[in-house]
Amino acid sequence: MKITVNAKPHDISAATLDAALTELGLISPALATALNGAFVSRAKRVDTQLTEGDRIEVLAPMQGG
Amino acid sequence: MQFYGTELTSRLFLGTAQYPSPKVLCEAITASGTEVITVSLRRESAAGAGTGFWQMLRQTGARILPNTAGCHTVQEAVTTAQMAREVFDTDWIKLEVIGHADSLQPDVFALVEAARILSGDGFKVFPYTTEDLVVGEHLLEAGCEVLMPWGAPIGSGQGLRNPDGLRAMRAHFPDTPLVVDAGIGRPSDAAAAMELGLDAVLLNTAVAKAGDPIAMAQAMAQAVRAGQIGYAADPMPRRDMAVPSTPVLGLADLK
Repeated sequence: MKITVNAKPHDISAATLDAALTELGLISPALATALNGAFVSRAKRVDTQLTEGDRIEVLAPMQGG
Repeated sequence: MQFYGTELTSRLFLGTAQYPSPKVLCEAITASGTEVITVSLRRESAAGAGTGFWQMLRQTGARILPNTAGCHTVQEAVTTAQMAREVFDTDWIKLEVIGHADSLQPDVFALVEAARILSGDGFKVFPYTTEDLVVGEHLLEAGCEVLMPWGAPIGSGQGLRNPDGLRAMRAHFPDTPLVVDAGIGRPSDAAAAMELGLDAVLLNTAVAKAGDPIAMAQAMAQAVRAGQIGYAADPMPRRDMAVPSTPVLGLADLK
């Protein structure tokens, strides 16, 4: 399935958001996710099914003003 | 002074961006005596650099104030705030909704809308706003208990562009914590903000881009403290004419 993660195309076999993160090596506990612009909590990633063309944002702590 | 029920001793909030190194950042945080540091969220790489940064900041003991920097719409800001709440485990959010890419001026209409949504969702919103009094009223009505007017455009270091506007804001919102956010360049700017009666100063670039960020962090802390004490001490009124401070009575006739 072809999806976009942080603006980069990926072809993954995972069916859920949680599995996709694992497949892509994004396993840090300090990550937050959004699917097609909507926040998906850590607890809901397991039950969040992905579909072709989905846009995923995976964000982490960064310096800020 | 309490901010959303949290008592803070230091009136200096410090940003964590643009420092020469993580070590200098940590030393500047310590030198500033700040109890609140701002952070952001950005796209994660597989390298996991964000996790190390987050662990480092937690060790400073400072309270985390995540921002929504770079967001230009209500949806972007709300989603970013929700993501920040989960990652940083705090309901505090520095709400920025940028209206103009060059000036980084807040879009106050979207700001009020986002503040209402986030306040309704349990966030404690610190809105980056202008000194406009009506916008301030709308933000309070939307659920904000703190207002953060800009001193000057973000990162400009111009100091207080509109001190009269900030003074009016103090008079109009006597019981609302006011934090000058953005535009501070020098310690005297920070002191001036506090002398106007504002409650705290949030700055980043002025420390991070100083030749000696650690020394500047100390200077900013002392300036904020001096301004705070000075305002409380009720400064003398300005006079149009000179008035001798040494008594004239008893002056010798030496002609």
